[in-house]
Amino acid sequence: MTLTLGEFSMLDISGIKRLQFDVLVIGAGGAGLSAAISASQEKDIRVGLICKSLLGKAHTVMAEGGMAAALGNVDNRDDWKIHFRDTMRGGKMLNNWKMAEIHAKNAPKRVRELEHWGAVFDRTKDGLINQRNFGGHRYPRLAHVGDRTGLEMIRTLQDHGIHQGIDIQMECTALDILKDKSGKVSGIVCMYRETGEFIVFETKTLIFATGGAGKSWEVTSNSWEYTGDGYGMAYEAGAELIDMEFNQFHPTGMVWPPSVKGILVTEGVRGEGGILKNSEGKRFMFDYIPEKFANETADTEEEAARWLQGDKDARRPPELLTRDVVARAINTEVKAGRGSVHGGAYLDIATQRSAEDIKRKLPSMYHQFKVLAELDITKEPMEVGPTCHYFMGGIKVDAETSMTNVDGLFACGEAAGGMHGANRLGGNSLSDLLVFGNVSGVEASKYARKLKSIPKSDDEDIKRIIKSATSILNREKGNNPYLIHEDLQKNMQYNVGIIRTKDEIVDGISKIDDLKSQFKDVKAAGTSQFNPGWHEALALRNLLISSEAVAKSALLREESRGAHTREDFPSERKEWLEYNIINKKGKGGKMETIKEKRSNPDPELQRIANSSIEDLDKEVKLDHKK
Amino acid sequence: MKERDFKIYRGDDERGELVSYKCNVSEGMVVLDVIHKIQAHQANDLACRWNCKAGKCGSCSVEINGKPRLACMTRMNELEEDKTVVITPLKSFPVLKDIVTDVSWNYEQNQKIKPFTPSKKDTEKGFVMMQKDVDRVQHFRKCIECYLCQNMCHVIRDNEGKDKFAGPRYMTRLASLEMHPMDKADRIEDVKDVHGSGMCNITRCCTEVCPEEIQITDDAIIPLKERVVDRFYDPIMMLFRKLFGKKKETTS
Ligand code: SF4
Ligand code: SF4
Ligand code: FES
Repeated sequence: MTLTLGEFSMLDISGIKRLQFDVLVIGAGGAGLSAAISASQEKDIRVGLICKSLLGKAHTVMAEGGMAAALGNVDNRDDWKIHFRDTMRGGKMLNNWKMAEIHAKNAPKRVRELEHWGAVFDRTKDGLINQRNFGGHRYPRLAHVGDRTGLEMIRTLQDHGIHQGIDIQMECTALDILKDKSGKVSGIVCMYRETGEFIVFETKTLIFATGGAGKSWEVTSNSWEYTGDGYGMAYEAGAELIDMEFNQFHPTGMVWPPSVKGILVTEGVRGEGGILKNSEGKRFMFDYIPEKFANETADTEEEAARWLQGDKDARRPPELLTRDVVARAINTEVKAGRGSVHGGAYLDIATQRSAEDIKRKLPSMYHQFKVLAELDITKEPMEVGPTCHYFMGGIKVDAETSMTNVDGLFACGEAAGGMHGANRLGGNSLSDLLVFGNVSGVEASKYARKLKSIPKSDDEDIKRIIKSATSILNREKGNNPYLIHEDLQKNMQYNVGIIRTKDEIVDGISKIDDLKSQFKDVKAAGTSQFNPGWHEALALRNLLISSEAVAKSALLREESRGAHTREDFPSERKEWLEYNIINKKGKGGKMETIKEKRSNPDPELQRIANSSIEDLDKEVKLDHKK
Repeated sequence: MKERDFKIYRGDDERGELVSYKCNVSEGMVVLDVIHKIQAHQANDLACRWNCKAGKCGSCSVEINGKPRLACMTRMNELEEDKTVVITPLKSFPVLKDIVTDVSWNYEQNQKIKPFTPSKKDTEKGFVMMQKDVDRVQHFRKCIECYLCQNMCHVIRDNEGKDKFAGPRYMTRLASLEMHPMDKADRIEDVKDVHGSGMCNITRCCTEVCPEEIQITDDAIIPLKERVVDRFYDPIMMLFRKLFGKKKETTS
């Protein structure tokens, strides 16, 4: 059903295409594909998968460094307990304890499964899956393929997934969730980007694997797809958003030339020995080692160099501190006037590794700089600066089932919140996608099996959703969606960026209110066929909801923890460790932002996370002997 | 900042024309930036595909001045200063709108390939494979599915060829599976009959345009053809062997 001008006033949806599923996954990155595959293994479950882009193009391809799993192939001292402890400390103990446990325990299994589906990881000398060092990980832990691990993951899942009987719908945008009278998920209204045709998917469950909302900021590593669709739709359907103030700024994005500003430079560069310097040539990270990590971090260049040579007694270089620490350090250096020519820091691998090593270990970085910045990273340092990268927060889910507070709505991957706490370790994302993609696929199938039939949607809801989409095209005139988006990005960059203060956040919120009213009159020119202006306008609602949740949570959390830095509350505050911040749609349609007390952790998990590394190493050694 | 001239194809498979635009170009800009700028300020409904903007997803394939390229990896300063830049859709596939083409035929080819079939299961330790034995496979797996090679291959350009030949991208994928040390499926008969390896006459046009610099013809197609010849018959390969002798494969 293609709608043209004028038709919408007497909207008749009797001819609309409808498809039925038990489990419908929205989003086909690593998490969505994993979820769909695991649901497809369940008996008598009809599985669908829809993606905004073509299959195999989701942002997972941009993940470079690897997936963290305590396989112990390179250093057999590694164990899920140590991975868990690293994850909790990286997340400043705000992580959902249970999720962090499930993740660390299951990651190795999922990585090996991926290998059995055809992924070809780099090998150790003994022919096992090789693992590399990464920020915040005590031992070499990241299974990888050069610096294109995400591509390997998505291609493997794609090529495996297409033979599992999953109904895949490409270039299809989800608009809003449908629920039955009792509040259970009953479907979702979508639109094919190519034709502008609407379609209703009737389904017992929805799994949101919709990624984050990195497109809210100006400098971002995210592509056009990351507009918080999952956050927006889930919020509108009554789901809760958790930890939205924690937005990871990856310390190393490209800063020059302007057109590529924000594009990711893998942490693998530092994992392979790359060092950070300021304009005075000083290796500044030694000045930024937090108390908490002092025991585990080298304090001289000499020790750092020994570590790189593989000396097991040497401590890791400070460039491999967690992302929040490194991003803030670069920010501080630049603000103090010691930035690189184009306002970043120098990332130097050329003096640390041979040209041959660099080309072999970091081929796509070599290529990326050569083409986009006309710079040879085997000879010259790169210029890098923080770029918005990842949402730790997201849709609140139950740790063991991935289900939200809306019956039948599940979420996994970046779309879900909780697992990473206040800061995510590099490499924990790809493993998260596999682990919780799998969990949500299995659990959604279980839930679906309990329902005799698909809950019934209300046609009036379908009409309302379609009308609100078509009105953007049908309006005589109105605001340019691209310009609203640009303003939002500037606003978030300036007012709710890496370093935040009360006054700026308050300004930011009132600007968002402004933009929300401009959005009411947004107008896209042209027809409904493959119309990027229209698509941009449809995404705006979700971007605005996501940004509002970020800003309001950032205002409420009066402390600095992990990726959330408040200049007016510069340190961690103990009392805040007891709370998560939740955003939900309140009565009257206004966003409610509230503190929610965290539940008490399992004492055993608490003990592991709080053990000294020496004690835990000893304990693991004993465990392994058994 | 300099104002430059562009012509972009607007329309669909049946009707369309080159529309002229002017756009200010600053240092470091790539062709995709220009498209985005025109989209934001002059033509909101100009359709284009992109995702990563870093040469990693293979979405932004178009023809720039007649050459198949990734728009996100083509710098404006590579293109001649005073000449109008012409941006058109890939020629081998039907136009959906403007510079976006219908590439679903490629997905259909992939679907026909027998998937990876592990020869053994080892969920405790994972596979044992030596790096040197997977180097070639990994080289093939760098493919970003941009379909530039598919677009370039004259067999596929000719519409009838589409029924007979899966194209260089899928020859590469087949080679990566056939050379995987832990795969046990046999695809050689399929390579010949289903995927049509015999249609390729080794012109190497595909290899020339691959942004990942995959040695499609020499490392993937020729070894596959060798395997086919060893079992069946491929006239072009027979001739090739007569001229150049039998090539030794480095990876099994
Ligand atoms: S070498 Fe073969 S596959 Fe490549 S362009 Fe020529 S005919 Fe096509
Ligand atoms: S083989 Fe090269 S040209 Fe062909 S689709 Fe893959 S990356 Fe593109
Ligand atoms: S946008 Fe991904 S390759 Fe060009």
